[in-house]
Amino acid sequence: MPEIKVTPLGAGQDVGRSCILVSIAGKNVMLDCGMHMGYNDDRRFPDFSYITQNGRLTDFLDCVIISHFHLDHCGALPYFSEMVGYDGPIYMTHPTKAICPILLEDYRKITVDKKGETNFFTSQMIKDCMKKVVAVHLHQTVQVDEELEIKAYYAGHVLGAAMFQIKVGCESVVYTGDYNMTPDRHLGAAWIDKCRPDLLISESTYATTIRDSKRCRERDFLKKVHETVERGGKVLIPVFALGRAQELCILLETFWERMNLKAPIYFSTGLTEKANHYYKLFITWTNQKIRKTFVQRNMFEFKHIKAFDRAFADNPGPMVVFATPGMLHAGQSLQIFRKWAGNEKNMVIMPGYCVQGTVGHKILSGQRKLEMEGRQILEVKMQVEYMSFSAHADAKGIMQLIRQAEPRNVLLVHGEAKKMEFLKQKIEQEFHVNCYMPANGETTTIFTNPSIPVDISLGLLKRETAIGLLPDVKKPKLMHGTLIMKDNSFRLVSPEQALKELGLAEHQLRFTCRVHIQDPRKEHETVLRVYNHLKGVLKDYSVQHLPDGSITVESILIQATAHSEDQGTKVLLVSWTYQDEELGSYLTSLLKKGLPQSTS
Amino acid sequence: QQQHEDLSAKKLRLTKPSKSAALHVDLCKATSPADALQYLLQFARKPVEVESVEGVVRILLEHYYKENDASVRLKIASLLGLLSKTAGFSPDCIMDDAINTLQNEKSHQVLAQLLDTLLVIGTKLTENPSVRMRLVEVACKHLTDSSHGVRNKCLQLIGCLGPVEKGVAKEVESQAAKDVQKIIGDHFNDQDPRVRTAAIKAMLQLHERGLKLQQAIYSQVCAVVADGVRQERSNNTLLIENRLQEIKVSIVPIPSSNEEIRLVDDAFGKICHMVSDGSWVVRVQAAKLLGSMQQVSSHFLEQTLDKKLMSDLRRKRTAHERAKELYSSGEFSSGRKWGDDAPKEEIDTGAVNLIESGACGAFVHGLEDEMYEVRIAAVEALCMLAQSSPSFAEKCLDFLVDMFNDEIEEVRLQSIHTMRKISNNITLREDQLDTVLAVLEDSSRDIREALHELLCCTNVSTKEGIHLALVELLKNLTKYPTDRESIWKCLKFLGSRHPTLVLPLVPELLSTHPFFDTPEPDMDEPAYIAVLVLIFNAAKSCPTMPALFSDHTFRHYAYLRDSLSHLVPPLRLPGRKLVSSPVSPSITPHEDPSQQFLHQSLERVYNLQHLDPQGIQELLEFTIRDLQRLGELQSELAGMADFTATYLQCQLLLIKALQEKLWNVAAPLYLKQNALASAAAKQILEETYKMEFMYSGVESRQVVIIHHMRLQAKALQLIVTARTTRGVEPLFGMCEKFLQEVDSFQRCFISELPHMQGSFVDKLLDLMPRLVTSKPSEVVKILQTTLRQSTFLHLPLPEQLHRATANIIEPTGESDNPLRFTSGLVVALDVDATLEHVQDPQGTVKVQVLYPDGQAQLIHPKPADFRNPGPGRHRLITQVYLSHTAWTEPCQIEVRLLLAYNSNRSKASAKIPKSTWSESLEALPQSENGIEGTIPFSKPVKVYIMPKPARR
Repeated sequence: MPEIKVTPLGAGQDVGRSCILVSIAGKNVMLDCGMHMGYNDDRRFPDFSYITQNGRLTDFLDCVIISHFHLDHCGALPYFSEMVGYDGPIYMTHPTKAICPILLEDYRKITVDKKGETNFFTSQMIKDCMKKVVAVHLHQTVQVDEELEIKAYYAGHVLGAAMFQIKVGCESVVYTGDYNMTPDRHLGAAWIDKCRPDLLISESTYATTIRDSKRCRERDFLKKVHETVERGGKVLIPVFALGRAQELCILLETFWERMNLKAPIYFSTGLTEKANHYYKLFITWTNQKIRKTFVQRNMFEFKHIKAFDRAFADNPGPMVVFATPGMLHAGQSLQIFRKWAGNEKNMVIMPGYCVQGTVGHKILSGQRKLEMEGRQILEVKMQVEYMSFSAHADAKGIMQLIRQAEPRNVLLVHGEAKKMEFLKQKIEQEFHVNCYMPANGETTTIFTNPSIPVDISLGLLKRETAIGLLPDVKKPKLMHGTLIMKDNSFRLVSPEQALKELGLAEHQLRFTCRVHIQDPRKEHETVLRVYNHLKGVLKDYSVQHLPDGSITVESILIQATAHSEDQGTKVLLVSWTYQDEELGSYLTSLLKKGLPQSTS
Repeated sequence: QQQHEDLSAKKLRLTKPSKSAALHVDLCKATSPADALQYLLQFARKPVEVESVEGVVRILLEHYYKENDASVRLKIASLLGLLSKTAGFSPDCIMDDAINTLQNEKSHQVLAQLLDTLLVIGTKLTENPSVRMRLVEVACKHLTDSSHGVRNKCLQLIGCLGPVEKGVAKEVESQAAKDVQKIIGDHFNDQDPRVRTAAIKAMLQLHERGLKLQQAIYSQVCAVVADGVRQERSNNTLLIENRLQEIKVSIVPIPSSNEEIRLVDDAFGKICHMVSDGSWVVRVQAAKLLGSMQQVSSHFLEQTLDKKLMSDLRRKRTAHERAKELYSSGEFSSGRKWGDDAPKEEIDTGAVNLIESGACGAFVHGLEDEMYEVRIAAVEALCMLAQSSPSFAEKCLDFLVDMFNDEIEEVRLQSIHTMRKISNNITLREDQLDTVLAVLEDSSRDIREALHELLCCTNVSTKEGIHLALVELLKNLTKYPTDRESIWKCLKFLGSRHPTLVLPLVPELLSTHPFFDTPEPDMDEPAYIAVLVLIFNAAKSCPTMPALFSDHTFRHYAYLRDSLSHLVPPLRLPGRKLVSSPVSPSITPHEDPSQQFLHQSLERVYNLQHLDPQGIQELLEFTIRDLQRLGELQSELAGMADFTATYLQCQLLLIKALQEKLWNVAAPLYLKQNALASAAAKQILEETYKMEFMYSGVESRQVVIIHHMRLQAKALQLIVTARTTRGVEPLFGMCEKFLQEVDSFQRCFISELPHMQGSFVDKLLDLMPRLVTSKPSEVVKILQTTLRQSTFLHLPLPEQLHRATANIIEPTGESDNPLRFTSGLVVALDVDATLEHVQDPQGTVKVQVLYPDGQAQLIHPKPADFRNPGPGRHRLITQVYLSHTAWTEPCQIEVRLLLAYNSNRSKASAKIPKSTWSESLEALPQSENGIEGTIPFSKPVKVYIMPKPARR
């Protein structure tokens, strides 16, 4: 039985270093190639030696697909392609291809320049790696080789995020990457058509959460910022450079525009500017509002948001500053935080999750006195707010996607095991499909039942459909024909055609049967009686009395002879071909009952 | 004009030889199918007259049987359909032939076309049930065809012609044994999606024609809804809804559980699912449908707003719930802590179902949708459902309030309007009010005004709420001073709706102090006026309030009552006589004293007919003055008072003109004297146009009188010209024209004539035979005497009468900075104006720009520039392009609004039945049906501009 094998090298019952191997109909595909943020040793990259111990990866993998530019989905790519060695095609969408190298370079800089690691990939490697990338458009079917084809669907989440359908023949797998089912201010919602894949591999970060309407969150956020600014306070929003930062920028920008506010908004410089440039460029990947209005004004050309300069932090009066990084653990955001923390008019808004140990986590958990380096004690008087702006689908969203795609099996990755358990149970209960959640390195095998297309000649099809009454609704229909399997192709042809092609002579299979009838009359009279009788009973068939004294019913031949011993008994010889088996046996049983006496 | 075309068509027919013969010859000549096709194509371009249709059809059919080429037969079939559409042709005679052609046809395309032709024939013969039955039978026979096109057409035919009435259906059933519904239902799962779609369409069509659908169909449809192509699904949602209207309360068992839900609820649940469909077209459709389902049980309805939040498997409260709790615990603004929304209770994992929970959260999804079309549809649906269910209205409030922050202005506006519509059912909580008020800072004027409108009719629960609203409104006022009027109005209603809540706020608002005298606020400050408007309106129904006022407040009241009478109500103040007695609820509006005054003064005028001329004039002058003042004081009577004042003014002018000495002096002196009379005539004409076109609510009774007045003015004009011109030649034309006008007046208002006894026209009509035959000089003489003798017509007043007014808000005309632009190029000037009581503003309102050199420019604003914020009110926001040659220094131009009228469109002509209209068209003089003009109806605004010479 054909099967699909899935082995997560990363992201199996875990978040981080997404990397999933899929074997489908003899093709091997690697989905995502990410790094893990929690580790700094070898565990940060997936274990590629699982794929092959010796020998080149290129021989084992048909292609690599990257769903979006987040490092936990693409961070290991240069290592994989340049250091381990892979020369096959790597597929990603255009925005991903554009932004990915910026992030990789940034990641490299931090690891090599700041932490001083050696044996890490170089800038040149990133460049070489990107040369192997093939960019795809949404809904474009890309033929990887003759059998394997892939197609990208919009996934929301971040600019350029995509879900991929991988298809070989009739078997298909959909990999969602990270996706978001609720649209936000700059991206639309994920969408997939009813492609009915054999397997849907879905992320499940928020498997046990149903989120509140995003409007409440937005409103709260805006109100907080507005109030503080009106009071004359300063607002600090620590963010990571890409994704949510743009969302919040748009949110504030439109609000400023609507409300005619004058307080300045700054964005700390760095890689964001480069990235913003790409956001401006890839307008088609954003949501309806931005797409429709960009002719008048590109929403990413911020009117109110300006580049931040270190000196601005000391300016008097209200202002809003977006600063990196998002967890207040280092860099500009921390600097600004230290400057502003003492004033109760000011406010810091944490738009996302903070890892334990960071300043962000401390202040969120209510700590008011922080010990900084150099034994300084920083008293935090400013207000601290937490707002969650996440771009992952929640449990409802995941279910919604499953309902849209109608897969035959579901496999969950990119989430915590305990949460997955719940969602798995729900999926099985409500959609009645199998659901899997393999751990890293564990292989899941899914048996498929692919339908096999067969070519049929039009003549045969027409002939066969004409036999039945109506082309009946969606029910299987019985057909007679010969299946020829030749050169990896299947054809259904009529028997004659098949014989002709194979150069075989036709053999006929005939059944003959003798029926004894008590009839004292002459042979030809008996024949006539039988003829009349059959003619009366089988009104729909052509019954003929041939001049040589035999009767044909369709192609069935009936001959009568007198019994050699008993002249009162006539022997009827009935002969029919294999094809007429049904009619023939009916006829014999009819004749065996004898002829009605009255007809004479 | 149509008449003319018809005439020409008739002429054509007379000269042309028979069509059918020509066609026959052509077709016979055709040697190849391509040729024949060419002939047919040419033939199709020309119209065929009713009489020759049958002949043509016969010839076409003849060729049809002979023809071997399918494409030619196809064309013939389509021509048959076209021909049977010909107006006035009854196709029953060709029906048999058409059906016969079906018998031997092999080509599927031709078959489909023939069925289409039959459909055309069938729709023309809908009254004939036997024909319809026959066609349906034919269609049923061809349903088994293997081509989807043919099956499509058959289903369409059945849908359009299938029997609808139960009784008829049963009778026929016995003989034809055909149940149309079942036949169509069977095709719901045809193998071809196009046929499925056609089947659903046919079912819909049947339903629209009034067929009662059976229960079984519902489940069939539900099954199809589950999958299928997009178009099918959007059709299906429609069908489900239609289905509902049939069986409102029948019960559908849910397969998985024992509980039974009503069918409506079941379908509602199904449609709720579609709100998260993959295609946005379906989503829009689904959201719209939700709004139209009024019978859904309330617990189901409320589920649509409940998403059942959870986090890490624990139940979580929504932000809305939290806000509510905060509010009820008395703590309004608390800083949010991290983990404030931390989930509380553990959820039983078995009890949560994520998808199959029916209507769960449908609106939450709809309101969050990516496409704003869906969001608008969802808001509209919310509005409709909330209007019918107060409890739902209460629940959906939070969501509507959230929509005020949408990124698309249209959605925000729509949700504000929705909120206004359901405001009767709801009371805003303080935190909700806070969110609502935050929108007051929006930079879009539309939004702000809609919000003011909303505040006018909301209920606020606490005095803090009122205070908050006032503070925010004042903030708005300082930020956008142009909103002044709108804010005052808003506060007026806010005050009169919540007198008891305003009462405790009064000392604070007026900043009075029990011991100290506080400084007197500046009377001209808009913010202070706003506060006073709120307080005075509250004081109207709260007699204890004036005791809290300080001295200057009373003075300010007197001033405001006079200057802003539409905002400040009459108050019963201690030691002060009321200007008019207070309106007690027992007095119906009809007995309103000011209305009484109006009627009394009018009666006085109408009764005193035989006073000496001097007396009449004086009385009229007094009355006019009274009425004008009344109009200024009582805004609700302004239209009526102005209208009558204008009428009396006309009368006064007429009387004055007739009393001129010029009628007695010798001819040579006229020239100097006639100035007054002819000016009077001219002015009366103008005023009559104003009366006719500037007031909304004018009925035909008034129109007669207005026209009558105009006729009198024209008569006056004629007399004056007759007296001042030498020679008879020009008079001939004028007399004739006048008589024609009298004639058309008679035609138009023949039904009203009995009411006009003793009037000018009545007398004139009596003398008509004489007038027609007499010379101009005699006509003039007769006219003069009749004009003098005729009585003054009583002007009946309609129930409601409003004068069209316009107010240009922008440009304000206060700017000293000239608008500089290079001469020869254009500059865009933003014009923002409010219009009241203008009917069809898109067609009538124009902008006029007057340049200092006397050059005038008329601009027609685009229809899209008009918005309709409320009944009877419009807003014009447009841009006017200015251009001029270079000036040496800046100068002012005038911008004003004009009301264009066209006597063709007058209410009088609309009254005439069509037939008489077209008949009299030729008889009427061209002048009468083409008078176009404009009435300025706004104060002109001056704009300082400076076209600079272009630099080279």
